[in-house]
Amino acid sequence: MNRFLVPLGVFALLVVVLVIGIRHSPDKGIIVSPLLGKPAPAFSLPSLLEPAHAVSSAELKGHWYLFNVWGTWCGECRAEHDMLLKVKAAGVVPLIGLDWKDDDAQAQAWLGQLGNPYQSVAVDRSGRAAIDWGVYGAPETFLVSPAGIVVYKHVGALDEATWTREILPRVQGGKI
Amino acid sequence: MLPELGHFALILALLLAALQAFFGIAGPAFARERWTHAVTPALAGQAVMVVTAVVCLVNAFVSNDFSVLYVADNSNSALPLFYRVTALWGAHEGSLLLWILLLALWSVAVALRSSGLPPNFAARVLGVLGLVSFGFLLFTLATSNPFARLDPPAPDGRDLNPILQDPGLAVHPPILYTGYVGFAVAFAFACAAMLEGRLDQGWARWTRQWTTWAWAFLTCGIALGSFWAYYELGWGGFWFWDPVENASFMPWLVGTALVHSLAVTDKRGLFKSWTLLLAILAFSMSMLGTFLVRSGVLVSVHSFAADPSRGMFILVFLVIMIGGALALYAWRAPLLKSQAGFELGARESFLLFNNVLLVIAAATVLAGTLAPLISDALKLGTVSVGPPYFNPTFLLSMLPLAALLAVGIHAGWKRGRLEDSQRAILFSLLAAVVLACGLVFGIYRQGHVLTPIGATIGIWILISSLVDPLDRWRRGLSLSRAVLGMTIAHMGLGVAVIALTTVESFTVERDVALSPGQVAQVGGYELRFEGVKPIEGPNFDGVGGTFVVTHGGAPVAVMVPQKRQFWVQHQVTSETAITLSRGNNLLLALGDNLGAGRWSVRVQIRPLVSLVWLAALIMAIGGCIAASDRRYRSAPAAAVARGSRALAREA
Repeated sequence: MNRFLVPLGVFALLVVVLVIGIRHSPDKGIIVSPLLGKPAPAFSLPSLLEPAHAVSSAELKGHWYLFNVWGTWCGECRAEHDMLLKVKAAGVVPLIGLDWKDDDAQAQAWLGQLGNPYQSVAVDRSGRAAIDWGVYGAPETFLVSPAGIVVYKHVGALDEATWTREILPRVQGGKI
Repeated sequence: MLPELGHFALILALLLAALQAFFGIAGPAFARERWTHAVTPALAGQAVMVVTAVVCLVNAFVSNDFSVLYVADNSNSALPLFYRVTALWGAHEGSLLLWILLLALWSVAVALRSSGLPPNFAARVLGVLGLVSFGFLLFTLATSNPFARLDPPAPDGRDLNPILQDPGLAVHPPILYTGYVGFAVAFAFACAAMLEGRLDQGWARWTRQWTTWAWAFLTCGIALGSFWAYYELGWGGFWFWDPVENASFMPWLVGTALVHSLAVTDKRGLFKSWTLLLAILAFSMSMLGTFLVRSGVLVSVHSFAADPSRGMFILVFLVIMIGGALALYAWRAPLLKSQAGFELGARESFLLFNNVLLVIAAATVLAGTLAPLISDALKLGTVSVGPPYFNPTFLLSMLPLAALLAVGIHAGWKRGRLEDSQRAILFSLLAAVVLACGLVFGIYRQGHVLTPIGATIGIWILISSLVDPLDRWRRGLSLSRAVLGMTIAHMGLGVAVIALTTVESFTVERDVALSPGQVAQVGGYELRFEGVKPIEGPNFDGVGGTFVVTHGGAPVAVMVPQKRQFWVQHQVTSETAITLSRGNNLLLALGDNLGAGRWSVRVQIRPLVSLVWLAALIMAIGGCIAASDRRYRSAPAAAVARGSRALAREA
C-alpha cells in the first residue's frame, strides 16, 4: 500500500460525507428558523377586518394554519397574492395574515381590490410580533401544527412547488 | 445594454480561461512551443474580460439600475455611494465575481514575474490557474449569473443587508479573498512541479513569497472579520467558531504550516513531498470553505442564501481539482527523495512538530465543523458543536506549539545542539514566568490555572523571538527582511497568546436596565444613563442612548450606542459604542426599550481585547516584510541555473 495514497483516501471519505450532507440539505430550507420544532410565539393583536376583535394564538390552537407575513409596501407580496388565493380555494388549511408595519386603510383597500385570502389578519403596526417570529423580510410563511408547533418556514413568495411538496404533505400526512 | 455586455464578457472570459488551461498544460506535455507561448495572451484576455464584467456590474450599482436582479436585491437609491460600490460583494453572485477577479489579478502577477522561470514550468503554473478560473467562471455562469435581469424592473431596490453597511465589512471580503485565492498560486506551483516530475529547491523558494503574501492577506482578513463581528453584531466576543469563521481559519492553519515547511524545503531540501501535500491542502481548504459556506449544508449565522444545486456543482469541481491534485500526488510524490538528514533538536525537527500540530489543529476544527453534518447523516439527531468543544481541543495543540516555538527558535539547522542556547532558553523562561505572574497576580489579582501558563508562554515567545535579532544587531550583522519579518510575525503570535489568555480570563459582561439619570456600577466603572434621542441616517432612523462613563469619579468617555431601523428591509441593527480605557475595551450595546424611558443595555469590559486584532495585524505585517525579501526575487535565475545543471548531469 502506497502511503502517498492516504490523502486521496481521506479526501474520498470527506466527499462521501459532503454528498450525504447535500442530499439532506433541501429539507432544511434556505434559512432555517430557530423556531422550527418549537411552539409558535404567542400573540394577541387587533384584527384588520374586524377592529373590535383580536386575533390571538390561543384561539388558533387545535387546527393547522399558515401564518403569512405581508405588507402593502412589499412588492413580492403582490406577486405572491394569487398563490395565496389558490391556497384559500383549496380549502385545506386556513391562512392567518400578519399585516406588518402597514397602514390599515391601505391594507384594507389592497384586500378589497385583490381579494382576501385570509381567514383573519392580525395588525402588527410596531413590528414587535414580527420580531418574535424572527421575520427577516416579507413575505414569509410559517406552517403551524394543531399542537401550536412551527413545523415549516418558507422565505419569499409562496409558490406552487413549496405548496405541493412541503406544505400539503405535512398537513395531510402529518409529515413533520 | 451594459449588463448584457458584462454577461458576454464573462462568457468570453470562460472561453479564454479554457484556452489558458489547455495551452498551459498541453503545450509543455506535447512539447508544442507555440501552444506554450499562447498561455500568456490567453490569460491577458481572460483578465481584461473579467475586469470588464466587474466594471459593468459596479456601473449597474452606481447608476441604480434596478432592472438587474442582483442590484435590485442588494442596493437601494438611498444607499450611500460607498456602499453601492461595496454592495458588489454583498451577496453570493457578486462575491463569486470578486473571487474570479482576484484570481485573475493573482494570475497576472504570476505571469508578470515569471520571466526568470523555465518557460515550460511557468506555462504549467498558468495552465493550472486557468483551470481554477475556468471552474469558478463556469460555476458563476451556470448557477449564479450576477447579470440576470428583472422584468419589469423594481421601482427601488431591497437594499444592502444592513449589517453589511459598515466600513469594516466593506473592506473585509476583498482582503480575505485575496488570501484565499492567493493559495491557488501555491497550489498551481505544486501541480506544475508534479506535472514536471521534478521539484528542486528553487521551486520552494519561488513558492515561498507567493504563499507568504497570501498568508499575510488571509491573516489580515480574518482579523477584520473578527473585529467586525465584535463591534457590529454586538454579541460579545471576537470569535464564535461559526462555520463561516472556521472556513477561513482552516486554510490559515494549513497555510501557516505550509509557510514553515516551505522554509525547510528551501533551506535544506527536506520535507519535499510533505510541502507539496500542504500546498495542495491549503488551497483545498479554501475551496472546501467556499463549498461549506455556499452549499447550505451547514447553517451559519452569516451564510448567504444557499442553494443545494450550487452545492452539487462545487462538490463536483472539488472532486476534479482536489481529487486530481491528490491523485497526481500519489503518483509523483514517491519519486521525490530527500538527500539530507537531521538530528532531533535541530530546527528541522521543531518545524516538523510545528507542522504536525498545525495540521492536527486544522483537522480538529474541520471535524468540529462537519460533526453536525455527520451526526445528521447518521440520524444521531442534531448536535451543535460550539466553544466547549473547540476551545479545549484547539488549546491542546496550540499551547505546545507556542512553547515549542519559544525553544525551537534557538535551534540551528541540521544539528541538534540546543546546549549552546541553554542559557538563553532558561533565562528567557525565567523572565517570562516573573513577568506573567506580575501581570496576572499583580494587575488582575485573580485567575484560572491556565492564565499564568498562557501569559508565561506568550511573554516567553516575545523574549525568545528577540534574542537572535538582538544578538546579530550587537555583533553588527545585518538583518535580512526574511528574518526581520519572521521575528515580527512571531512576536505577533506572542502578543496574541497573551491577549487571548487575559481576555478569556478577565472579561466582565453584564446586562443592566437603566432609567434616565440612573447609574450602574460595572467592573469599577460607573455608567450614568442620560436617556435616548432620535437619530436619522441616509437610509435608516433609530435612537441613540447617551451614557456618561467614569472610573472612580474620573471622566472616561461619553458613549452613544445606537439602535438603527433600516427603512427598506425593516431590520434593526445594534450599533455598539466602544471606548478604550486603562487597557480595557469597554463595549456598550443598546438592548430593548422597557417602557417609561427605561432601556436595557449590555456592558462588556474586556481587558486587552484590542491586542488580539493588533496581534493579527503584527503577524500580517511580519508576513509582508518577509515576503518582500530580495532573496526571493533573485531566486528564479538560480533555479534555472540549478535546473540546467541537473539536466547536464542527466545527459
